[in-house]
Amino acid sequence: MPILDQTACDLRNALRQGDLSSAEATEAFLAAIERLDPTVRAFVSTDADAARARAADVDRRRAAGEDVGLLAGLPVAVKDNMTTADGLPTACGSRILEGWHAPYNAHVVERLTLADAVIVGKTNMDEFAMGSSTEHSCFGPTHNPWDTGRVPGGSSGGSAAAVAARLVPVALGSDTGGSIRQPGSLCGVVGMKPTYGRVSRYGLVAFASSLDQIGPLARTVGDAALLLQAVAGHDPRDSTSVQEPVPDYLSALDEPVTPLRIGVPKEFFAEGLDAEVGRLARNAIAVYEGLGAEVVEVDLPHATDHAIATYYIVAPSEASSNLARYDGVHYGYRSSGHADMIDMYMRSRSEGFGDEVKRRIMLGTFALSSGYYDAYYKKALKVRRLVRQDFDAAFAQCDCIMGPTSPTPAFRMGERLDDPLTMYLSDLFTVGANMAAIPGISVPCGFTDDGLPVGLQILTGVFTEDRLLRIARMYERETDWTDRRPPVCEESA
Amino acid sequence: MSQADLIPTIGMEVHLHLATRTKMFCPCEVRYDAPPNTCVCPVCLGMPGVLPVMNGLAVELAVRMAIALGCTIPNFAKWDRKHYYYPDLPKNYQISEYDEPLGLGGHLDVELDGETFRVGITRVHLEEDAGKLMHAEDGSNTSAVDLNRTGTPLLEVVSEPDIHSAQEARAYGEALRQLAVYLGVGHCNMQLGQMRFEPNISLKIGDAPDGSPVYTPITEIKNLNSFRSVERGCAFEIARHRDELAADPQGYTLAKQGKSTRGWNDDRGVSFLMRSKEEAHDYRYFPEPDLVPFVPEPEWVERVRASVPELPAARRKRFIIDLGLPEYDARVLTDDRAVADFFEQVAKAVGDAKTASNWMMQDVMRVLNERNVPIANLGVTPAALAGAIRLVEKGTVSRATGTEVFAKMVETGKSAQAIVEDENLAQTSDAGELEAVVDAVIAENPDAAQEFAKGVDKAVGRLIGMAKQKTGGKANPKVVRELLIQKLRA
Repeated sequence: MPILDQTACDLRNALRQGDLSSAEATEAFLAAIERLDPTVRAFVSTDADAARARAADVDRRRAAGEDVGLLAGLPVAVKDNMTTADGLPTACGSRILEGWHAPYNAHVVERLTLADAVIVGKTNMDEFAMGSSTEHSCFGPTHNPWDTGRVPGGSSGGSAAAVAARLVPVALGSDTGGSIRQPGSLCGVVGMKPTYGRVSRYGLVAFASSLDQIGPLARTVGDAALLLQAVAGHDPRDSTSVQEPVPDYLSALDEPVTPLRIGVPKEFFAEGLDAEVGRLARNAIAVYEGLGAEVVEVDLPHATDHAIATYYIVAPSEASSNLARYDGVHYGYRSSGHADMIDMYMRSRSEGFGDEVKRRIMLGTFALSSGYYDAYYKKALKVRRLVRQDFDAAFAQCDCIMGPTSPTPAFRMGERLDDPLTMYLSDLFTVGANMAAIPGISVPCGFTDDGLPVGLQILTGVFTEDRLLRIARMYERETDWTDRRPPVCEESA
Repeated sequence: MSQADLIPTIGMEVHLHLATRTKMFCPCEVRYDAPPNTCVCPVCLGMPGVLPVMNGLAVELAVRMAIALGCTIPNFAKWDRKHYYYPDLPKNYQISEYDEPLGLGGHLDVELDGETFRVGITRVHLEEDAGKLMHAEDGSNTSAVDLNRTGTPLLEVVSEPDIHSAQEARAYGEALRQLAVYLGVGHCNMQLGQMRFEPNISLKIGDAPDGSPVYTPITEIKNLNSFRSVERGCAFEIARHRDELAADPQGYTLAKQGKSTRGWNDDRGVSFLMRSKEEAHDYRYFPEPDLVPFVPEPEWVERVRASVPELPAARRKRFIIDLGLPEYDARVLTDDRAVADFFEQVAKAVGDAKTASNWMMQDVMRVLNERNVPIANLGVTPAALAGAIRLVEKGTVSRATGTEVFAKMVETGKSAQAIVEDENLAQTSDAGELEAVVDAVIAENPDAAQEFAKGVDKAVGRLIGMAKQKTGGKANPKVVRELLIQKLRA
């Protein structure tokens, strides 16, 4: 099988057995990026020389019989909101950070380095991870490999498209309201948001601190498990990262979870859901029934409409605070020609931030303002507790919850740019997991008649990523959606 | 209502740097002498993606101070972000504790002119300090930013408006400083900016018809950094409030004008308006999502409570009542915890608190004041001082020689015994040896016996002096005196 078509786990085995060198693998993916990325535009920066040097180093160490890491020699990509100290800039899709080089590595980048992975580049994203289409980037939009006239989803659209177009076997994304799972769904790849606190946020440029979580985008469930294994675990630099031990996600992956009781909330199949998406999600659940699973109806009265409303209070509030530091004083973009200090603040921020970011900063600033705090932020925190209680109650009746990841398949580029409210509804089914801190995964569950991929979302309780992965794997084994190659690969092949 | 009836009503916000080696949320060293921007890291620079990690020692010191102030330590405290844009604050928010601080509701008893008054403590909380701006004085209209101070652990103690004069405001500040230093919570070096004061001043005018008190508008003076400026600033504001009220008796009230913020020009001795009520900041506080709440274990709080030493007021009282020291001595000896500890060790070794106290007051404090050094740098240990005292008590040397010996101990670091031996300072107490001397002195002063018979005691003193001269200062005056009286009487 061609290198590009192999899963990360297959590549890893080939590398370990000496059937493949990291240099060969890295070269193959770098060539694919060179060939296809002008069309897909998944990457905002690459460092081919550093990747080649790294690959050669891993090959040499392996040949010398030295111990090498979990991902030794495997090419990976990292979303552009994770800091990289060596060479690659970190811009978060924003003009305000364009050209900024972090003097420190994000925890996940350190972990990838320790695992001897080969970081080939940084992937495109909505500015500061605010968006569901990867159109809000100062570097321009990323295109969906299944239909380049459509969006890849977002905000981790670059990572999802890169994996889908086979420009890299696995990539890291970040998920604040669905930013891994929704682009995973729209690009036909596996996207997983771990439990809040499972992966350190140190060096993840903050959007909404209480919701942000880093996770894998991968072609298969096994690949997602592999990448999660490499980055999960406690980090003393992140007070919200937990001390829970990290189980071995890979060893028991193929063991089905039995008996399995699946909770299906009617709220996930409500008005606004695309009919084809709904049908494909139900078909997927039927596959589980075929495997002996029991389906029960559960209620999540606050997990969709209420969750999205409160999400757009909590996330912008935290964002308005987190983004206050971009002021042109210490680093990043500074407007020229300012009259005084206040003018410098205003011009730098007005010119440095895009419209969507400004919209959310204003929303959040308003919600935290004196006299409005109780009515908005405080109330949102109360609703957030209700969302959590919904999931607690549901998990008392079932092992996992299933439904579609996104209400629609990939939409046309530009279609929702002038309609932020419709854009916000892209996260209708995904924000609940962020509000409740629980893990969630999107696995490919078929294609629409137009050939657009659709994802099935599976949610489980906190720190049960191992079970979540096993449940997802049960379905993947019964289907072959992950074997399909997007048209963009065929066209230029 | 006459002006004399107006009651100054002052609450104080006091900020002090905690005595930690590292900053509040990052491992950077806290230093005051480093070149600009050398004690910084991505965390205190507020770079993208970094996260704060709580300094456990800072929290412990803050809780110790709160306990010493009699505060309740809630079983849940949380961090909040306070937002304002300023170039010395890299994140443009300060991590602080807003509505659930780590210490609530205590008090501090303050002495002023022999009277004690009690100041209620509203709250004690922790936050991070900001950096420093240095404005160019070359007319270029530019400022440089030094972020070494950014993130220094800062304790804020907020008092109730229980202070009623400028002198009380100063005394409260001094008492708080003494307490913090005593507890080892802060060094409170005023020159280094380790302690800053913000008094909130208004005058109580009287009572409204419904019985509620009526005040002049509150003015807060920002960033006073000396006790003198606290006293002067408060006095200035009290006078200014009186004048404003006299000019506008109906309009100059808190209800009508609210609160304003003022700066203090120490050179000119005047305050100036910084922000009126309308310009007040909206800090947009909200819970800090990057830190977990502070939920202390009760056992931990008890351990911190046990680490609180005996406080100055209680110690003073014990020195007076249990050890029988004069009030003045007790005050001097308890002002500084190290001095008090030193004294207690000396007293214990000597077995006589009053004698030990005399030596502390007359010899040790004089040296400390002359040299302007802390007692830790005296160069003489409590045991060594006790050795000197014992030599005097035994009569080996006179009290006056004892003072000389002590001065030499400070200079050389040698023991009292060694100095006395090396310099042959021991006095002669042998009655047989001294008898000849006394006889000679009497023989040389034939009128002495007559004078003595008249009861002129002065004569004895003069003769003792002569006897000492004859022995090169070594004659034990006590023994000489006894011999003289014995012989003159005969």
